[in-house]
Amino acid sequence: MHLTIDEVRHVAELARLQLSEAELTLYAGQLSAILEYAARLQQVDTSHVPPTPYVLPLTNVMAADTPTPSLPNEAALQNAPDQADGFFRVRAVFEESYA
Amino acid sequence: MRKALYTLTIHEALDGMSAGDFTAVDLTRSLLDRIAQVEPYVKAYLTLTAELALAQAEAADARRAAGEDAPLLGIPLAVKDVLCTQGVRTTCGSRILENFVPPYTATAVQRLADAGMVLLGKTNTDEFAMGSSTENSGYFTTRNPWNLERVPGGSSGGSGAAVAAQEALAALGTDTGGSVRLPAAYCGVVGLKPSYGRVSRYGLVAYGSSLDQVGVLAKDVRDAALILTVMAGHDPHDSTSMPTPVPDYQTALTGDVRGLRVGLPDEYFIEGVQPEVKAAVHRAIDVLAKMGAEIVRISLPNTDKALPVYYLVATAEASANLARFDGVRYGYSAGADSILENYRESRGRGFGAEVKRRIMLGAYALSAGYYDAYYLKAQQVRTLIKQDFERAFTQVDVIACPVAPTTAFRIGEKADDPLAMYLSDVFTITLNLAGMCGISVPCGFDNAGLPIGLQIMGPHLGEEIVLRVAHAYEQATTWRTHRAEPVALEA
Repeated sequence: MHLTIDEVRHVAELARLQLSEAELTLYAGQLSAILEYAARLQQVDTSHVPPTPYVLPLTNVMAADTPTPSLPNEAALQNAPDQADGFFRVRAVFEESYA
Repeated sequence: MRKALYTLTIHEALDGMSAGDFTAVDLTRSLLDRIAQVEPYVKAYLTLTAELALAQAEAADARRAAGEDAPLLGIPLAVKDVLCTQGVRTTCGSRILENFVPPYTATAVQRLADAGMVLLGKTNTDEFAMGSSTENSGYFTTRNPWNLERVPGGSSGGSGAAVAAQEALAALGTDTGGSVRLPAAYCGVVGLKPSYGRVSRYGLVAYGSSLDQVGVLAKDVRDAALILTVMAGHDPHDSTSMPTPVPDYQTALTGDVRGLRVGLPDEYFIEGVQPEVKAAVHRAIDVLAKMGAEIVRISLPNTDKALPVYYLVATAEASANLARFDGVRYGYSAGADSILENYRESRGRGFGAEVKRRIMLGAYALSAGYYDAYYLKAQQVRTLIKQDFERAFTQVDVIACPVAPTTAFRIGEKADDPLAMYLSDVFTITLNLAGMCGISVPCGFDNAGLPIGLQIMGPHLGEEIVLRVAHAYEQATTWRTHRAEPVALEA
């Protein structure tokens, strides 16, 4: 298993991570080594084995449908890098022409 | 001269305060003095809350004077900095949360607070609990109190070092792949990882949601049992917390292991394990045998696949969980011109190298074309690992083995080789994948004077039997009387 720089760049894009060229090179090598180690799993016969995403026997946990107080607006916003009128403020997502 | 108060266990301190020998303020002052003395060498804490601690200690003394009692009334503890504490900065060891002050408190911490805890501060951790040494902390590396050139283990290394250096009577940690048991072993203290679902994860900043569990680092097994009793149990805020009733775990500490079957898994006594570690664990098993336990050889045949399974499952979950750090709602924001650039720059600059590496690995394992080969495959092999344990626990009551292949390694020794670092978790991650419980209890020292940990593993919700065996062993030996003295090391 060997990851190319372009593959690493693609994954960084999926993960919304800005990486330097030096980081891309470093991770290409390190991730390749880790994936090579992980390749030993391919030899295990799992054709009749169900996956375990989660170990507990609990399913469909229900809660009473009663309203309870939630975090106040000010508390939810207390760590916001930018806010206005009780909202998180972000850069416009759409171009001006769509407005 | 009476023993310095900071050297006490929780149960000794509770006895002393009940008898009127000293107050919670006396006890807290003793710990704050101890912290002032050793913290420059150990560096266990990211944030100290001395003023808050003294105020809480005064309140505890007032409650006790009014005739009230509570399980941890006036007991000074530390909390790993991945558990949210309302009004007290919570960094997760990451620069991206350098100024984050949570608007609410984690359930596990709240239950300790309701039981009368005095909070001394928040302890250092590998960034977002990703690491085995605290070298991945975005702030500094914590030192092992037994040898300041060595790591304390991770990721709850600050908590392990704080308890070992007697800078807290006990501390909360979290364990996703061994992050409570490894620092406990490296620092020579007790480290309990409860079963998945035993303790609420509400307010624990998520790393691997199907693996994470809040645990305890303590000076002895009784203290660990006491804290688990206080913090375990169902929480409406965490639908994965089990509704199973919580016993008083201290009543399980009978000292009796007669007739119990202790399994020794061949796969945990392999080549590559430090000979002194192997020898110490075998001697510990001999002690249990002499006390009347039956020793049974067992096999956990899929053990060698656990590490790759863990590093695919945990990183996949991490890549999803850490998507929340977007520079919009909390944490560092780069202030870039477009929202997409702001995501990329905030995350690229805010996260450290190991966190980015794991997010990348997880995102790759989940990405189109690789999902079946990596993520699904890992989940299937996870089933086989879980079945290994289920089969073993029909033959034996508990499993005994080393916590880690070696004692504490040197700072910097594995920093450039992620795979070598991951291998220190090879004997602890199996339990997390199976969702079961385990404990590390001190069982000796290597030739360099570094502590060795004995791991006792139990089935899901088998905390009582695990604590019982660990306590019986602990009380039959004298390892708990050895304490690190970091100042003498420096001088």
